[in-house]
Amino acid sequence: MSQFIDIGAVEDIPQRGARLVKSPLGEIAVFRTAKDEIFAVDEWLPGKAGPLSNGIQHDTRVTDPMRNWVFDLATGEAQGADEGRVRVWETRIEEGRILITQQIMGELRAAE
Amino acid sequence: MTQKIIVIGAGMASGRVLETLYDNGADVDVTLFNAEPRGNYNRIMLSPVLAGDQTYQDIVTHDDAWYAERNVTCRFGERVATIDRTAKTVTAENGDVLAYDKLVFGTGSNPFMIPLPGHDLDGVIAYRDLEDTEKMMGLGEGNKAVVIGGGLLGLEAAAGMAARGVDVTVVHIMGHLMERQLDEAAGYLLRKALVDKGITVKCSANSKEILGENGKVKALMLDDGTELPCDLLVMAVGIRPNVALAKECGLAVGKGIHVDDQMLTSDENVLAVGECVEHNGAIFGLVAPLYDQAKVAGQTLMGEEAAFVQKELSTKLKVTGCDLFSAGDFAEGEGREDIVFRDPARGVYKRLVIEENKVVGAVFYGDTADSNWFFGLIKDKTDIADMRETLIFGPAFQGGEPQDPMAAVAALADDAEICGCNGVSKAQVVAAINAGANTLDAVKAVSKAGSSCGSCSGLVEQLLSVTLGDEFVMPEKETVCKCTDLTHDEVRKLIKMKGLKSLPAVMQELTWSTPDGCHVCRPALNYYMVCEWPGEYADDGKSRFINERVHANIQKDGTYSVVPRMLGGITNPKELRAIADVADKFDVPTVKVTGGQRIDLLGVKKEDLPAIWYDLGQAGMMSGQAYAKGLRTVKTCVGTDHCRFGTQDSTGLGIQIEKAMWGAWSPHKFKLAVSGCPRNCAEATCKDLGIICVDSGYQILVGGAAGLDLRETDLLCQVATEEEALEYSCAFYQLYREGAQYLHRPYKWISKVGLDWVKEQIVEDADNRKALAERFHYSQQFFQVDPWAERARKGVDKHEFEPLADLTTSKVAAE
Ligand code: SRM
Ligand SMILES: Cc1cc2nc3c(=O)[nH]c(=O)nc-3n(C[C@H](O)[C@H](O)[C@H](O)COP(=O)(O)OP(=O)(O)OC[C@H]3O[C@@H](n4cnc5c(N)ncnc54)[C@H](O)[C@@H]3O)c2cc1C
Ligand code: SF4
Ligand code: FES
Repeated sequence: MSQFIDIGAVEDIPQRGARLVKSPLGEIAVFRTAKDEIFAVDEWLPGKAGPLSNGIQHDTRVTDPMRNWVFDLATGEAQGADEGRVRVWETRIEEGRILITQQIMGELRAAE
Repeated sequence: MTQKIIVIGAGMASGRVLETLYDNGADVDVTLFNAEPRGNYNRIMLSPVLAGDQTYQDIVTHDDAWYAERNVTCRFGERVATIDRTAKTVTAENGDVLAYDKLVFGTGSNPFMIPLPGHDLDGVIAYRDLEDTEKMMGLGEGNKAVVIGGGLLGLEAAAGMAARGVDVTVVHIMGHLMERQLDEAAGYLLRKALVDKGITVKCSANSKEILGENGKVKALMLDDGTELPCDLLVMAVGIRPNVALAKECGLAVGKGIHVDDQMLTSDENVLAVGECVEHNGAIFGLVAPLYDQAKVAGQTLMGEEAAFVQKELSTKLKVTGCDLFSAGDFAEGEGREDIVFRDPARGVYKRLVIEENKVVGAVFYGDTADSNWFFGLIKDKTDIADMRETLIFGPAFQGGEPQDPMAAVAALADDAEICGCNGVSKAQVVAAINAGANTLDAVKAVSKAGSSCGSCSGLVEQLLSVTLGDEFVMPEKETVCKCTDLTHDEVRKLIKMKGLKSLPAVMQELTWSTPDGCHVCRPALNYYMVCEWPGEYADDGKSRFINERVHANIQKDGTYSVVPRMLGGITNPKELRAIADVADKFDVPTVKVTGGQRIDLLGVKKEDLPAIWYDLGQAGMMSGQAYAKGLRTVKTCVGTDHCRFGTQDSTGLGIQIEKAMWGAWSPHKFKLAVSGCPRNCAEATCKDLGIICVDSGYQILVGGAAGLDLRETDLLCQVATEEEALEYSCAFYQLYREGAQYLHRPYKWISKVGLDWVKEQIVEDADNRKALAERFHYSQQFFQVDPWAERARKGVDKHEFEPLADLTTSKVAAE
């Protein structure tokens, strides 16, 4: 079973907002939807889209600010005609805290 | 054999009789008498002539050449004195006796003059013909006029004179204005609008006596003793069919000259049309039925079968700024119900009277856009049970199948009237199109449809589309995005009408198809509410593009640029030092002078933004909003302060304008420039609003752009003072803010509404201009808050600028 890291409270992200988590594997955008779901995806799809935490979020999607690509936050898949996928990171909510998979720490920490 | 026809009166009705005859190639020899010393003209357009919007030349319907081509013998300025029906002759005033085969009465009506003491004084007039109009046009600033009668004509006379600066008082005997067409509530709104135009309105006022001096009118005295001084007194209290001549020659006459369905009088060789007739007990005072009569009379003269049928009538008031429509019957009564919509803040009132699931009456004030559709419901006696709940919002909001206006137009009968003003039927419009008129303008020129008030243009376009198919490109209905079937205009209208003040309210009430909208509709909706409800609507940053959310421009690498405001392009050592200092302190990679006369710090890390803003704020600088769909820069040139050619203080004016406008949001970015002379060093002629100073004042130019489209501005007007330049600029910005669809620059919006309309709103209508400027200033008190200071000092939106956690240093940094 994978380990989880506490990165903050659900309340620390406004509804329909997003915040950045800096990790050894790069920047990760953590979203809170209007219905208080939490999603975490890579901030950038290099050369294509990003920084996604700056996008407009609607339902469980986000529109990227550079080129208006729309990504599904659950799958990371670009919608419509665009092709591409951002990495999705597993998250959980426990007692109002946001937990993210320890995999974001990369090999460095995965061994611990 | 050629028929000899004598026509008495060259009025609006008889003019149409002649057209019917000649358009159908009838073999006739016409003699046309007219008591007025001129031929046929569009009498209803005397009001625009009075108001100065048109000239007499514009409203002539048949000129000398028209009569000459058709060999019509014109006897203008001559009355028919007597008629001998047995001999079939008429006698002119000069004694000439002329024989006829057929005689046509088109003598119109006489304005009714209340026989008050003094009614025959010089300066007491009616409102009926060009002479009356010219007398009113002779007045100006410093003159006073009294109008007796608060009906259609009286109010048009009053508004026309008021537009010329005359001090006008309307005296009306009833409790509210236009009581025949309006209910009390609409009458109240109308009164308010007229009072706002500077017109004094006295209702429930009884005139007692007209006072004079040396045979000339001096004042009107009311029965409570009030004296209203005036240089001209206009009586517009009603009309009486002009039947004297018909009576004398023994025709059957009641209130008017009796006619049957073929427009024949009691003598089969004599016809009558227009306001002088009585048909089935009714007399007439609007042109639409007269045109029908005229057509029937023409056909009768040609030996064709035709019958005149009375139809429902509608009324519109031709006073700029008073949008008013009424039709049908709206008296209260057993079994009648009302649907009423009010928006007092916008001065909109709509009332429908329903009887047995049918609309029987309609009164609209302030927003008459859908009036034709409602009028159709009345005329066709449509069953409205299914759409009752949304009925008042008009055709665009009827649930179920979206209305297909094309289908409706295609299904219209050939004789359905498309243009009420000019009595043009669908068949005539279609004939014009088939004969080669393939644009709205061409149809106007050929068939006259749309050439008067213009409210039928939409229908004409639809006919063009139905008739020409793909050859005619209909202006497309463009929905906001895939989340809705509504257009930008419709959404805006509904936000106002339904008082929607939050995104969930809009999406709920307007049945958005997505739970949360999308990146296309949310910014638009957010803007519409920001504009509509200043101080009430809570701006939703999550519905703004990142630049507007964090008040900086995002760069391709995810860093940001920072552009502080430099009012009018003027800076000083302190500001420059502060810029230099932050560039050093935060390792800003690029410092650049922008095309907008200020300085850009590019490549700033998002986390550093509040700190940079803090330092800039210490030096007195605020956000330049280089990222906003809102006010950007006001570029200026050096003007009279330094330049040998400068005519005015262009720099100072630019700064004043930027001070008044900074912080405002708009449908798209808004850029200005002020140049000190026509050499135009500030490039004002390619801005959304540009001002070019000249010796005699300030030329206000609008609708320029130098982006994706290159557009030169058009001249809105020239004003004399800086105060005016500022007022006109703010009014223009507000008109654009209120009217344009999201992401349309002013030039796009102007191409939609027309520069003439913009001029009407801002240049010609001083009250409206002032009201627009006031609304702008009102809104600005909520938006002139420096967003940088709020973020740098008060910690607004702190979460935007700090990561939730930084796991690279293995420390969790939740706030
Ligand atoms: C900084 C500046 C270029 C410069 O270095 O001089 C600039 C930079 C940008 N312009 Fe511009 N424009 C700048 C003056 C202009 C001008 C010249 C002017 O204002 O006199 C024009 C043409 C005039 C006009 O607008 O009509 C101009 C026409 C555009 C357009 C096309 C607009 C259009 O309606 O077609 C865009 C795209 C848009 O807004 O949608 C645009 C968009 C942009 C954006 C915001 C692109 C974006 O969305 O990222 C650029 C941001 C760069 C950044 O990161 O800061 N920029 N841009 C200028 C800032 C002026 C200022 O002080 O605020
Ligand atoms: C200022 C104004 C605004 C109006 N606005 C509207 C509007 O917005 N909408 C609308 O539907 N209606 C409007 N009307 C009403 C409309 O103009 C009339 O219904 C229409 O003009 C009547 O046409 P007619 O041919 O019957 O008579 P008229 O147009 O009055 O023509 C009759 C002519 O006969 C002449 N005449 C009379 N007796 C003799 C004689 N013995 N010998 C020779 N000639 C004679 C008269 O001089 C006159 O020129 C308005 C009227 C006025 C005055
Ligand atoms: S626009 Fe005229 S006044 Fe202004 S700097 Fe240029 S030449 Fe001088
Ligand atoms: S209805 Fe007025 S111009 Fe056609």
